Amino acid sequence: MQIIFSFVAGLLFSLGLVVSGLINPAKVQNFLDLAGTWDPSLAFTMAAAIVTTAIGYRLAFRNSRPLFADAFQLPTAKAIDIRLVGGAAVFGIGWGLIGFCPGPAVAALATGSTSAFIFVGAMLAGMFLARTLERPSSPSAPQTKI
Amino acid sequence: MDQILAANSALAATIGGVLIGLSAVLLMATTGRVAGISGFVSRLLPPYADDAFIARIAFIAGLVATPLIYSFATGHGIGISVSSSVPLLIAAGLLVGFGAVRGGGCTSGHGVCGIARLSPRSIVATLVFMATAVATVFIARHVIGG
Repeated sequence: MQIIFSFVAGLLFSLGLVVSGLINPAKVQNFLDLAGTWDPSLAFTMAAAIVTTAIGYRLAFRNSRPLFADAFQLPTAKAIDIRLVGGAAVFGIGWGLIGFCPGPAVAALATGSTSAFIFVGAMLAGMFLARTLERPSSPSAPQTKI
Repeated sequence: MDQILAANSALAATIGGVLIGLSAVLLMATTGRVAGISGFVSRLLPPYADDAFIARIAFIAGLVATPLIYSFATGHGIGISVSSSVPLLIAAGLLVGFGAVRGGGCTSGHGVCGIARLSPRSIVATLVFMATAVATVFIARHVIGG
Protein backbone atom coordinates (compact mmCIF):
# COMPACT_ATOMS: atom_id res chain seq x y z
CA MET A 1 0.00 0.00 0.00
CA GLN A 2 2.91 2.34 0.77
CA ILE A 3 4.10 1.91 -2.80
CA ILE A 4 0.68 2.69 -4.31
CA PHE A 5 0.15 5.77 -2.15
CA SER A 6 3.69 7.00 -2.76
CA PHE A 7 3.03 6.77 -6.50
CA VAL A 8 -0.29 8.65 -6.17
CA ALA A 9 1.40 11.31 -4.02
CA GLY A 10 4.08 11.68 -6.72
CA LEU A 11 1.39 12.09 -9.40
CA LEU A 12 -0.38 14.77 -7.32
CA PHE A 13 2.83 16.62 -6.49
CA SER A 14 3.80 16.71 -10.15
CA LEU A 15 0.32 17.88 -11.16
CA GLY A 16 0.83 20.76 -8.75
CA LEU A 17 4.16 21.58 -10.41
CA VAL A 18 2.55 21.55 -13.88
CA VAL A 19 -0.59 23.54 -12.93
CA SER A 20 1.35 26.20 -10.99
CA GLY A 21 4.08 26.52 -13.63
CA LEU A 22 6.79 25.66 -11.08
CA ILE A 23 8.03 23.05 -13.55
CA ASN A 24 9.18 25.89 -15.83
CA PRO A 25 12.61 27.30 -14.85
CA ALA A 26 11.99 30.60 -16.65
CA LYS A 27 8.93 31.20 -14.46
CA VAL A 28 10.89 30.34 -11.32
CA GLN A 29 13.68 32.76 -12.28
CA ASN A 30 11.10 35.48 -12.90
CA PHE A 31 9.67 34.79 -9.44
CA LEU A 32 13.17 35.27 -8.01
CA ASP A 33 13.86 38.40 -10.08
CA LEU A 34 12.54 41.01 -7.68
CA ALA A 35 14.39 43.84 -9.44
CA GLY A 36 13.32 42.92 -12.96
CA THR A 37 10.52 40.86 -14.50
CA TRP A 38 9.09 39.86 -11.13
CA ASP A 39 6.30 37.27 -11.37
CA PRO A 40 4.78 36.99 -7.88
CA SER A 41 2.41 34.12 -8.72
CA LEU A 42 4.64 31.39 -7.29
CA ALA A 43 4.35 33.07 -3.89
CA PHE A 44 0.70 31.97 -4.03
CA THR A 45 1.86 28.43 -4.80
CA MET A 46 4.17 28.36 -1.82
CA ALA A 47 1.60 29.91 0.53
CA ALA A 48 -1.16 27.56 -0.62
CA ALA A 49 1.10 24.52 -0.31
CA ILE A 50 2.20 25.49 3.21
CA VAL A 51 -1.33 26.24 4.46
CA THR A 52 -2.74 23.02 2.95
CA THR A 53 0.08 20.97 4.45
CA ALA A 54 -0.20 22.64 7.87
CA ILE A 55 -3.94 21.90 8.09
CA GLY A 56 -3.62 18.40 6.62
CA TYR A 57 -0.70 17.41 8.86
CA ARG A 58 -2.71 18.51 11.88
CA LEU A 59 -5.55 16.20 10.83
CA ALA A 60 -3.15 13.35 9.99
CA PHE A 61 -1.41 13.62 13.39
CA ARG A 62 -4.74 13.06 15.16
CA ASN A 63 -4.10 9.40 14.42
CA SER A 64 -1.36 7.84 16.47
CA ARG A 65 0.26 6.38 13.36
CA PRO A 66 0.04 6.54 9.56
CA LEU A 67 -2.51 4.31 7.82
CA PHE A 68 0.06 1.98 6.25
CA ALA A 69 3.20 2.36 8.37
CA ASP A 70 4.23 1.86 11.98
CA ALA A 71 5.09 5.43 12.87
CA PHE A 72 5.37 8.99 11.58
CA GLN A 73 8.99 9.63 10.60
CA LEU A 74 9.53 13.25 11.44
CA PRO A 75 12.93 14.92 11.25
CA THR A 76 14.76 14.76 14.56
CA ALA A 77 17.60 17.19 13.87
CA LYS A 78 17.31 20.42 15.83
CA ALA A 79 20.62 22.17 15.34
CA ILE A 80 20.76 25.35 13.32
CA ASP A 81 24.41 25.07 12.37
CA ILE A 82 26.83 26.02 9.62
CA ARG A 83 25.98 22.84 7.78
CA LEU A 84 22.29 23.75 7.53
CA VAL A 85 22.90 27.39 6.66
CA GLY A 86 25.82 26.69 4.31
CA GLY A 87 23.93 23.89 2.57
CA ALA A 88 20.85 26.05 2.11
CA ALA A 89 22.97 28.94 0.80
CA VAL A 90 24.68 26.71 -1.79
CA PHE A 91 21.34 25.20 -2.75
CA GLY A 92 19.86 28.65 -3.35
CA ILE A 93 22.73 29.70 -5.62
CA GLY A 94 22.22 26.61 -7.78
CA TRP A 95 18.46 27.12 -7.80
CA GLY A 96 18.83 30.72 -8.94
CA LEU A 97 21.40 29.91 -11.65
CA ILE A 98 19.02 27.72 -13.67
CA GLY A 99 15.62 27.87 -11.96
CA PHE A 100 15.40 24.14 -11.23
CA CYS A 101 15.03 22.68 -7.76
CA PRO A 102 14.92 18.86 -7.37
CA GLY A 103 11.16 18.22 -7.83
CA PRO A 104 10.63 20.27 -10.99
CA ALA A 105 13.94 19.03 -12.44
CA VAL A 106 12.93 15.38 -12.06
CA ALA A 107 9.41 16.04 -13.37
CA ALA A 108 10.88 17.94 -16.34
CA LEU A 109 12.74 14.79 -17.42
CA ALA A 110 9.34 13.75 -18.81
CA THR A 111 9.36 16.70 -21.21
CA GLY A 112 12.42 15.21 -22.88
CA SER A 113 14.43 18.37 -22.24
CA THR A 114 18.16 17.68 -22.66
CA SER A 115 18.85 20.45 -20.14
CA ALA A 116 16.79 18.63 -17.51
CA PHE A 117 18.81 15.43 -18.05
CA ILE A 118 22.13 17.26 -17.72
CA PHE A 119 20.93 19.10 -14.61
CA VAL A 120 19.59 15.95 -12.91
CA GLY A 121 22.80 14.06 -13.71
CA ALA A 122 24.88 16.80 -12.09
CA MET A 123 22.44 17.00 -9.17
CA LEU A 124 22.86 13.27 -8.48
CA ALA A 125 26.63 13.73 -8.56
CA GLY A 126 26.36 16.61 -6.07
CA MET A 127 24.13 14.51 -3.80
CA PHE A 128 26.51 11.58 -3.98
CA LEU A 129 29.42 13.84 -3.06
CA ALA A 130 27.58 15.30 -0.07
CA ARG A 131 26.51 11.85 1.15
CA THR A 132 30.06 10.55 0.80
CA LEU A 133 31.30 13.42 2.95
CA GLU A 134 28.63 12.65 5.55
CA ARG A 135 29.49 9.00 6.03
CA PRO A 136 32.63 9.12 8.20
CA SER A 137 31.08 11.56 10.67
CA SER A 138 27.96 9.47 11.27
CA PRO A 139 28.82 6.22 13.04
CA SER A 140 25.19 5.44 13.87
CA ALA A 141 22.45 5.18 11.26
CA PRO A 142 21.70 8.69 9.99
CA GLN A 143 18.27 10.01 10.94
CA THR A 144 15.84 11.31 8.39
CA LYS A 145 16.64 14.98 8.46
CA ILE A 146 13.83 16.15 6.20
CA MET B 1 -6.21 41.53 -20.70
CA ASP B 2 -3.04 41.60 -18.68
CA GLN B 3 -5.10 41.71 -15.51
CA ILE B 4 -7.12 38.67 -16.58
CA LEU B 5 -3.93 36.78 -17.37
CA ALA B 6 -2.42 37.79 -14.05
CA ALA B 7 -5.56 36.67 -12.19
CA ASN B 8 -5.56 33.34 -14.03
CA SER B 9 -1.89 32.89 -13.33
CA ALA B 10 -2.44 33.57 -9.61
CA LEU B 11 -5.40 31.18 -9.54
CA ALA B 12 -3.46 28.42 -11.30
CA ALA B 13 -0.50 29.05 -9.00
CA THR B 14 -2.75 28.74 -5.94
CA ILE B 15 -4.45 25.55 -7.17
CA GLY B 16 -1.03 24.10 -7.95
CA GLY B 17 0.09 24.90 -4.43
CA VAL B 18 -2.96 23.20 -2.92
CA LEU B 19 -2.22 20.08 -5.00
CA ILE B 20 1.38 20.02 -3.75
CA GLY B 21 0.08 20.38 -0.19
CA LEU B 22 -2.43 17.56 -0.68
CA SER B 23 0.37 15.35 -1.95
CA ALA B 24 2.44 16.07 1.16
CA VAL B 25 -0.54 15.34 3.42
CA LEU B 26 -1.43 12.12 1.60
CA LEU B 27 2.15 10.90 1.90
CA MET B 28 2.31 11.69 5.62
CA ALA B 29 -1.11 10.22 6.41
CA THR B 30 -0.45 6.96 4.57
CA THR B 31 3.31 6.33 4.81
CA GLY B 32 4.37 8.68 7.62
CA ARG B 33 7.00 10.34 5.45
CA VAL B 34 7.83 13.95 4.72
CA ALA B 35 7.51 14.81 1.01
CA GLY B 36 11.11 15.88 0.59
CA ILE B 37 12.15 15.37 -3.00
CA SER B 38 15.88 15.83 -2.44
CA GLY B 39 15.70 13.25 0.36
CA PHE B 40 13.86 10.80 -1.89
CA VAL B 41 16.23 11.24 -4.81
CA SER B 42 19.46 11.25 -2.79
CA ARG B 43 18.44 8.07 -0.93
CA LEU B 44 18.21 6.24 -4.23
CA LEU B 45 22.00 6.36 -4.04
CA PRO B 46 23.94 4.18 -1.57
CA PRO B 47 24.30 3.76 1.37
CA TYR B 48 20.84 2.39 2.07
CA ALA B 49 19.61 2.87 5.62
CA ASP B 50 16.04 1.54 5.39
CA ASP B 51 13.65 -0.55 3.31
CA ALA B 52 11.74 2.30 1.64
CA PHE B 53 13.64 2.14 -1.64
CA ILE B 54 10.67 0.94 -3.72
CA ALA B 55 8.30 3.50 -2.18
CA ARG B 56 10.75 6.27 -3.11
CA ILE B 57 11.01 4.94 -6.66
CA ALA B 58 7.19 4.90 -6.79
CA PHE B 59 6.96 8.56 -5.73
CA ILE B 60 9.55 9.60 -8.32
CA ALA B 61 7.78 7.52 -10.98
CA GLY B 62 4.61 9.46 -10.17
CA LEU B 63 6.53 12.71 -10.47
CA VAL B 64 7.67 11.78 -13.98
CA ALA B 65 4.36 10.19 -15.00
CA THR B 66 2.14 13.26 -14.69
CA PRO B 67 3.77 15.33 -17.46
CA LEU B 68 3.76 12.21 -19.68
CA ILE B 69 0.04 11.64 -19.04
CA TYR B 70 -0.62 15.35 -19.59
CA SER B 71 1.18 15.33 -22.94
CA PHE B 72 -0.59 12.15 -24.00
CA ALA B 73 -4.02 13.45 -22.99
CA THR B 74 -3.69 16.94 -24.49
CA GLY B 75 -1.62 16.05 -27.54
CA HIS B 76 0.99 18.71 -26.82
CA GLY B 77 3.99 18.78 -24.54
CA ILE B 78 4.55 20.97 -21.52
CA GLY B 79 6.50 24.00 -22.62
CA ILE B 80 9.44 24.79 -20.40
CA SER B 81 12.05 27.41 -21.02
CA VAL B 82 15.48 26.64 -19.62
CA SER B 83 19.10 27.51 -20.29
CA SER B 84 20.94 25.18 -22.64
CA SER B 85 24.40 26.12 -21.37
CA VAL B 86 26.01 22.82 -20.41
CA PRO B 87 28.58 24.32 -17.96
CA LEU B 88 25.86 26.35 -16.24
CA LEU B 89 23.52 23.33 -15.99
CA ILE B 90 26.29 21.17 -14.54
CA ALA B 91 27.36 23.84 -12.04
CA ALA B 92 23.78 24.51 -10.95
CA GLY B 93 22.94 20.80 -10.66
CA LEU B 94 26.04 20.12 -8.54
CA LEU B 95 25.23 23.05 -6.22
CA VAL B 96 21.57 22.07 -5.88
CA GLY B 97 22.36 18.41 -5.20
CA PHE B 98 25.22 19.10 -2.80
CA GLY B 99 23.44 21.94 -0.99
CA ALA B 100 20.16 20.04 -0.59
CA VAL B 101 21.84 17.03 1.06
CA ARG B 102 24.14 19.21 3.17
CA GLY B 103 21.27 21.46 4.26
CA GLY B 104 18.99 18.50 4.94
CA GLY B 105 16.29 19.42 2.45
CA CYS B 106 15.09 21.52 -0.44
CA THR B 107 12.12 23.61 -1.50
CA SER B 108 9.71 20.75 -0.75
CA GLY B 109 11.11 19.28 2.47
CA HIS B 110 12.09 22.57 4.14
CA GLY B 111 10.05 25.11 2.13
CA VAL B 112 6.70 23.34 2.34
CA CYS B 113 6.66 20.43 4.81
CA GLY B 114 9.10 21.91 7.34
CA ILE B 115 7.52 25.37 7.43
CA ALA B 116 4.07 23.75 7.74
CA ARG B 117 5.38 22.08 10.92
CA LEU B 118 6.92 25.40 12.03
CA SER B 119 10.34 23.73 12.20
CA PRO B 120 12.94 26.39 13.10
CA ARG B 121 15.55 24.60 10.97
CA SER B 122 13.28 24.67 7.95
CA ILE B 123 12.33 28.31 8.42
CA VAL B 124 16.02 29.30 8.60
CA ALA B 125 16.96 27.11 5.61
CA THR B 126 14.12 28.50 3.50
CA LEU B 127 14.97 32.12 4.30
CA VAL B 128 18.63 31.44 3.44
CA PHE B 129 18.03 29.66 0.12
CA MET B 130 15.40 32.20 -0.97
CA ALA B 131 17.90 34.99 -0.21
CA THR B 132 20.82 33.42 -2.08
CA ALA B 133 18.55 32.47 -5.01
CA VAL B 134 17.23 36.02 -5.31
CA ALA B 135 20.79 37.39 -5.02
CA THR B 136 22.03 34.95 -7.70
CA VAL B 137 19.29 35.94 -10.16
CA PHE B 138 19.98 39.60 -9.42
CA ILE B 139 23.69 39.24 -10.13
CA ALA B 140 23.16 37.04 -13.19
CA ARG B 141 20.52 39.25 -14.79
CA HIS B 142 21.29 42.78 -13.64
CA VAL B 143 24.99 42.88 -12.82
CA ILE B 144 26.61 40.45 -15.26
CA GLY B 145 23.82 40.15 -17.80
CA GLY B 146 22.57 43.75 -17.43
